[in-house]
Amino acid sequence: MGCTVEVEVENGRVKEVSGHKCPRGKEWAIEEVISPKRVVMSVIKVKDGKLPTVSVKTDKPVPKDKIPELMKLLAKIEVKAPVEVGQVILEKPLNLDMKVVATREVDSA
Amino acid sequence: MYDTIIIGGGPAGLAAAVKAKKLGLKVLLLDENEFLGGILPQCIHPGFGLHYFKEELTGPEFAHRFIREINELNIEHYTNAYVLEIENYSDLEKKVVFSSPEGVKEVWGKTIIYAAGARERHAFEIGIVGDRVAGIYTAGEAQTLMDIYGVMPGKEVVIVGSGDVGLIMARRFALEGAKVKAVIELMPYPGGLARNVMILRDFEIPLYLSHKVVEVRGRKRVEKVKVVKVDENLKEISGSGFWIECDTLLISAGLIPNVKLLKKIGAQIDPLNGGPIVNELLETTIPGIFVAGNALLINDLVDYVAEQGELAALGAKEFIENQGIPSRKWIKLKRGSNVRILAPHYISGERDVYIYARVSRPMENVRVTFPEIRKELRLPVVKPSEMLRIKLKAEEIQKAGKEITMEVEKGEV
Repeated sequence: MGCTVEVEVENGRVKEVSGHKCPRGKEWAIEEVISPKRVVMSVIKVKDGKLPTVSVKTDKPVPKDKIPELMKLLAKIEVKAPVEVGQVILEKPLNLDMKVVATREVDSA
Repeated sequence: MYDTIIIGGGPAGLAAAVKAKKLGLKVLLLDENEFLGGILPQCIHPGFGLHYFKEELTGPEFAHRFIREINELNIEHYTNAYVLEIENYSDLEKKVVFSSPEGVKEVWGKTIIYAAGARERHAFEIGIVGDRVAGIYTAGEAQTLMDIYGVMPGKEVVIVGSGDVGLIMARRFALEGAKVKAVIELMPYPGGLARNVMILRDFEIPLYLSHKVVEVRGRKRVEKVKVVKVDENLKEISGSGFWIECDTLLISAGLIPNVKLLKKIGAQIDPLNGGPIVNELLETTIPGIFVAGNALLINDLVDYVAEQGELAALGAKEFIENQGIPSRKWIKLKRGSNVRILAPHYISGERDVYIYARVSRPMENVRVTFPEIRKELRLPVVKPSEMLRIKLKAEEIQKAGKEITMEVEKGEV
């Protein structure tokens, strides 16, 4: 599973990529070097639910340097039960082109 | 009388229940938790389902797909149902006794699919001594607290073990603003999948390979832990000890198949897998009792756990239709060099089978061979952390005599 890709960078520009076994690997490696991104997951508070939290994720990877700010935002949010899987919790948080969606179902208490 | 009683509502049990129902069996699913899904609802990170659903899901999403089917198919199930006893009356009569909020109940099934998962190894099992204070958790306990109940277990964390669970919890703690001071790994290589080892770099978390935590000190709560370096025989190097200050020690030292009830009724256990001895339909040495998921062997991908659940369901159906699995000329699958974990243990050659295996030590440029059937595969790298899943075709298996050996060797350059 997976492969080890080498990316050669000169003056902030990608010079050469080697070791990838598919085009996706090449794209990913370039992005990882130039502007790394990660899908962010957390839990947020739920009011009047069977569980006190609901798990959430971003529907697209977030630039790594925005992650701490996004986590702080998520820590402040609360939703009311019931929550459905896929329910949009936030649209375009921090003006990023993405959504924060619920990944767990939480019934009303 | 149920056709099959499934014990455990995690991914193996859910997949088994859905498959068994679709095969026309009368199914009962029992789970001890308040909600179905096993540990999946607390595994909120992505990376699940790439093989099974061909898309990347989080743990709760993966579970949700199956739970929806359980409801749509009206599969009878109990939550808060803790199984106390399995009683094996005859091949086609098995009693399951469980406690539930309505009291102790008894149910009868022709077959049982045991999908009770695994438990975590704890601090005492890995030789950590010192003060018995607050702040020592297994990784899964901390995950339950954080991701189900929204409670932060600590602020400054040392993690024992660089397996997937430990690494994923390192990320969770770091994301939530805690300081992960170190991950301590006994072996000279990291224990988790490559994609999870990357987490350490993401959050600049130091990894100490060939090290172990030996002592905990604290008054009411953990205050510091002692770490020592080990040599190639995993023996402590004297004078190498140092202390790391922290308020939380997270133990992520591997999983052990939960086979307590199976052992009690005499199912043969494989000492190296920790799970039961099984044939290609995942039937244990007790006729009509099947096993799937981490109760069989510790898997690294949930996709394979679901696959095993479905296979056990097929086994249950075959068992019921034939009043028992017809006795076959079983071919024994044997461990050769650098093979530590291997299942199933017996195969017939009547169908294609997937075999699951783990190596003992990492190796590059590898030849995986099955000499008796002249099968050979080449792999660039094998690691103990990454389970191998290899398909043996029926016609290949038929070439064997009494046994087939799996060997993992260095390939010639």
